[in-house]
Amino acid sequence: MNHNHPVFTDNDPQEELVTLNLGPTHPATHGVFQNVLQMDGERIVSGVSTVGYIHRAFEKIAEHRPFYQITPLTDRLNYCSSPINNMGWHMTVEKLLKIEMPKRVDYLRVIIMELSRIADHIICNTIIGQDTGATTTFLYLFQFREHIYEIFEEVCGARLTTNIGRIGGFERDFNEVAFTKINKFLKEFPVALKEFENLLNRNRIFIDRTAGVAEVGKETALDYGWTGPLLRATGIDYDVRVSDPYSSYQDFDFEVPVGTSGDIYDRYLVRNEEMWQSLRIIEQSLEKLKSEPKGIFHADVPEFYLPPKQEVYNNMEALIYHFKIVMGEIDAPKAEIYHAVEGGNGELGFYLINDGGRTPYRLHFRRPSFINYQMFAPMSEGMLLSDAIINMSSMNIIAGELDA
Amino acid sequence: MEQTTLNNDIHVKLVEKFGEKVTAVSEPYGLLTFVTYTDVIHNVLLHLKNELNFNFLTDITAVHYPEKDHGIAVVYHLNNMVERVRIRVKVFIAEKHPTIPTATTIWKAANWMERETYDFFGVKFEGHPDLRRILNMDDLGVHPMLKQYPLEDPNRVDKKDEFFGR
Amino acid sequence: MSEINIVDAPPGTEGPGYFATSLDKVIGLARANSLWPLPFATSCCGIEFMATMGSHYDLGRFGAERLSFSPRQADVLMVMGTIAKKMAPVLKQVYIQMAEPRWVMAVGACASSGGIFDTYSVLQGIDEVIPVDVYVPGCPPRPEAILDGFQRVQDLVKNESGRRRHSDYYKDLLGQYGIK
Repeated sequence: MNHNHPVFTDNDPQEELVTLNLGPTHPATHGVFQNVLQMDGERIVSGVSTVGYIHRAFEKIAEHRPFYQITPLTDRLNYCSSPINNMGWHMTVEKLLKIEMPKRVDYLRVIIMELSRIADHIICNTIIGQDTGATTTFLYLFQFREHIYEIFEEVCGARLTTNIGRIGGFERDFNEVAFTKINKFLKEFPVALKEFENLLNRNRIFIDRTAGVAEVGKETALDYGWTGPLLRATGIDYDVRVSDPYSSYQDFDFEVPVGTSGDIYDRYLVRNEEMWQSLRIIEQSLEKLKSEPKGIFHADVPEFYLPPKQEVYNNMEALIYHFKIVMGEIDAPKAEIYHAVEGGNGELGFYLINDGGRTPYRLHFRRPSFINYQMFAPMSEGMLLSDAIINMSSMNIIAGELDA
Repeated sequence: MEQTTLNNDIHVKLVEKFGEKVTAVSEPYGLLTFVTYTDVIHNVLLHLKNELNFNFLTDITAVHYPEKDHGIAVVYHLNNMVERVRIRVKVFIAEKHPTIPTATTIWKAANWMERETYDFFGVKFEGHPDLRRILNMDDLGVHPMLKQYPLEDPNRVDKKDEFFGR
Repeated sequence: MSEINIVDAPPGTEGPGYFATSLDKVIGLARANSLWPLPFATSCCGIEFMATMGSHYDLGRFGAERLSFSPRQADVLMVMGTIAKKMAPVLKQVYIQMAEPRWVMAVGACASSGGIFDTYSVLQGIDEVIPVDVYVPGCPPRPEAILDGFQRVQDLVKNESGRRRHSDYYKDLLGQYGIK
């Protein structure tokens, strides 16, 4: 294509609209989304979003994998908080198999899920800071994400795509080092989070850039299917942890923070407050663990939970179970089931249809990023380009979850 | 138990309004599920939203049953946030003419969900403002989630079946 | 304060008041320690790259703290994450826009081989569309592995001829991918 072709126009350049191709590899979008925007100067007149640049056909793969092999796929949905996805999937299958989980496993899961919620919110909020010009926040708070990863490493051996736990519980018990690290994190993180808030919460520049930008009303948010911190910032206290408690969340005392106007500042505040609430939940969970019998880290369901390798070599029964689970011959009821968990970005749902075969007949993920993101183009209309960029970072759209 | 009485109420109200059009009612894992038909689905959804307070559209997707006459089930999940009830609505449509009225006029969220369903299953949502592929490439040519299409890229030459025991 | 390391001088002849070595080596030394990476981050590996750039692991120690989001100024294309077939032409376009000399790093299983996603929509390794110099295994690789891969690129840069682009081998290689 010849890039130097002459352009003939009689129109006044002041009245012409410019087409701006934002993405798919634009550094400001933090992911692979394309937005073709019609610009009038700095203002966006209209936009069209194109997604699917990392579509990996998860739902098709899931139809070809036995249940326990689907966990690694869920890792790669919202990779900023993979443990929530892993456990959401495990709980879906446990619900299908009607497995009664021991309280201790539930509490351990809650610790891991809340830690990953903090990791997720750290990314989002520091990126909002970064995009408004405060790089310090990003560099500073990111080290605490490393500390969370160290805890995950201690529990499961991996940092980011954790594949944490098994259907029926955990693969192994938390060791002493893991608890030491969690306690250390609980002591150090609040100090840093407080400093982070001091840097931004009352910062004139930050408030000017975010308050009153991209306001969203309650009705609009519900109409567009928003969930998670975005919906709560508009003032609706919908949280799956409260409305549909899973993993014994009903045993915990925590608050669901809500905003008023749904603008970027409110979303930032809601996420920050959720981090404080997550810390509270973890503390309560550690307290509750003290009164639980030690050493229980999975439900007593030998027909669904992989036996330890030592047993497999020395015990006939364990060998049979091992074989049956690995070959996918578990006795799962023919049923359909919808299970939702509160992911980092909102309601993460698993719609599973089982026909009694080796693999799911159909597995559909309700991915909050996908549903939240469709409002981006319509709400950008009339916005300044620089505001639209922060708006996108405050929506915390994760490309992996968006495209599945 | 509380859930069941609530579900019964909803069921009774739905049958009152739509009569025989509400069929195959079941309650797997406490979630009220029923099947309805393309001619009334729009009214059913509207009724659920406005009269029975199912104000939130959680999800739209589809399932393919190649052996059935009406082989594609479009599945709607709705949520009543106030009373904390979920409901599942299914419509079976023919694989040859997979058309169903759009829900975009009721919820804006339906837009991309329906585009995704169209992309994967080829379900044509009548009245959808912009029914294009969303995740796959425009020139893919097939609707890949239908059961007859393989998972792997059929054009690959570097994978020999004999090494995979096929 | 930690000690500041300075790279060793390349082998050469030294005497009072002079130091002689080949130009290639000096240029290689300078290039290797001031590479500007273009992070082409699509998914999970991109998050690990963020950790690599962060204060904990700090890619800046290797002279690469200056990320170049414009392909024109970039030296190393770091492809991190799954490349779907929809994305492949974009990736190729970015590579074509880069000026010589240019190197490519495929970070993670997906970029190297398609990883666990053997599906109709995923490119089975970026070497189907562009030539790759260094592959980093892992799903995702740990930041240490990314750093190691980066050092392998540095080794290449140090030891490669400054006239690589004129070699027949290189021209043939690009020709296979239909890149002029």
